Amino acid sequence: MARQTSPQRKLIVTLIAWTIGILMFWPILWTILTSFKTEQDAVLMPQLFSTGWTFENFGIVQERSDYLRFAMNSIILAFGSTLLGLVFAIPAAWSMAFSPSKRTKDTLLWMLSTKMMPPVGALLPIYLIFKDYHWIDQHIPVLVIMFMLNLPLVIWMLFTYFKEIPVDILEASRMDGAGVWQELTRVLAPMALPGIASTFLLNVILAWNEAFWTLKLTDVHAAPLTVFIASYSSPEGLFWAKLSAASTMAIAPILILGWFSQKQLVRGLTFGAVK
Amino acid sequence: MATRHSQGIARLAVAPAVIVLFLWMIVPLVMTIYFSFLRYNLLNPDMDGWAGFSNFYYFITDESFPGAVFNTLALVATVIVASVAGGLGLALLLDQPFWGRGIVRLLVISPFFIMPTVSALVWKNLLMNPIYGLFAFLQQLVGITPLDWFAKVPLLSVAIIASWQWLPFSALIILTALQSLDEEQKDASAMDGARALSYFRYIVLPHLARPITVVILIETIFLLNIFAEIYVTSVGGLAGNLTYLVYFQGLLNFDIGEASAGGLIAVVLANLVSIFLVRIIGRNLEI
Repeated sequence: MARQTSPQRKLIVTLIAWTIGILMFWPILWTILTSFKTEQDAVLMPQLFSTGWTFENFGIVQERSDYLRFAMNSIILAFGSTLLGLVFAIPAAWSMAFSPSKRTKDTLLWMLSTKMMPPVGALLPIYLIFKDYHWIDQHIPVLVIMFMLNLPLVIWMLFTYFKEIPVDILEASRMDGAGVWQELTRVLAPMALPGIASTFLLNVILAWNEAFWTLKLTDVHAAPLTVFIASYSSPEGLFWAKLSAASTMAIAPILILGWFSQKQLVRGLTFGAVK
Repeated sequence: MATRHSQGIARLAVAPAVIVLFLWMIVPLVMTIYFSFLRYNLLNPDMDGWAGFSNFYYFITDESFPGAVFNTLALVATVIVASVAGGLGLALLLDQPFWGRGIVRLLVISPFFIMPTVSALVWKNLLMNPIYGLFAFLQQLVGITPLDWFAKVPLLSVAIIASWQWLPFSALIILTALQSLDEEQKDASAMDGARALSYFRYIVLPHLARPITVVILIETIFLLNIFAEIYVTSVGGLAGNLTYLVYFQGLLNFDIGEASAGGLIAVVLANLVSIFLVRIIGRNLEI
């Protein structure tokens, strides 16, 4: 039976929902609008739009703080750490989903519990090791930290996806004499790819926005956009249009990726407890 | 035997991930425990030897400690109440049929994808600045003296920002749970007021109990560790939480011993929560 909804009711709900949606989005919209204003216009309050649209803020931000280098670092750290995570997680999740032993459940829950360790529990040793080995502000060591940070989540997400692949098909392919390698490449991979893609996407987003370790372990050379934005934390004269332009440049790529990944967000972040 | 063979391969496939996570968890933790019993200050290399429990004593009796504990708990509590209540309302709203649902969903979920440093600075400057901020403008419009948010109510300011970031998360999870109530049951939403209310009370709310519990536990774990929002808005002195205090003692005062003791206290606190979360997740986990 289709749901009966009166048009009036639908209209009212539409108005309320759009109002709330726009209010929630307002800080982001306001930032984007401000990034196209001149600094003088940016502080003129009732003014929604700029008197003259300008792109100069983006140029100034690039020149002043070298946006492209930080963006490149964000890409290297977020994509690199996630790819490395997949290399370790795919075999682990695959074997736990298809050849579980009696310890598999405990292993999975233990992996999850490592994700719940507060970072300050590890901050001092990691910081001192980084200092001793001159790893601070170096790409590879920071990338490895971010890889370990998100590994439990990558394994869990993959595990919940792999669980949904029907085992019968695997058994049928084994009966037909397929070896482990063929099973992996011919049967499993095509069915697993969507799950791997979603896992990849969500973890790139989380790594992109990671702002504890990146703030402590990077400075300039290997610093991602979270650190780039933090350099705008001390006000200096009129700087809102520039702050807005910098913020817009830092969030735009990942916001768009986020819109694509929103369906996976729930299962990814609740470890399968909510479907 | 084929099965034993593949069992062997299966264990081999899990091993690298287990080893990495074991090292990542155990090495820093053991070092932190070790440091916490040492007299260890980077500014004072002459200081060495065992410290017994004095690092814990100094961390706890530090004048910032009671405030940091209060700020930590107040931040977690405020943000959870705000985001769960708001998220429930939002989810119920988004579950109704209306025009442009997909777009409104995207608008509502967006704050979750904004990096913490951007959220904090945009709110602090563009919205909450007492002279040029949007809120100041609105307050003047209705004749109220603009509030200097970060000077007068620093903790509340941070809580508002964090609530904005976490509201989409709880809304989306509750919405997902609502949508899994089967379609037939949802017809009840077209019922008259009284019946709809009891339907909500006896069918919807019990169904939402688990997702809401999961939201509360996951948010608690993340909110206990809030750092970037406090750090970039420079309110660590006024509204710093335990995470900030550990950072302050360790990386600004260079007192590694005392900071490690503080880190361990944070670990214990987080574990009190994660035990429950792991148990709930474990109950729903089918191998």
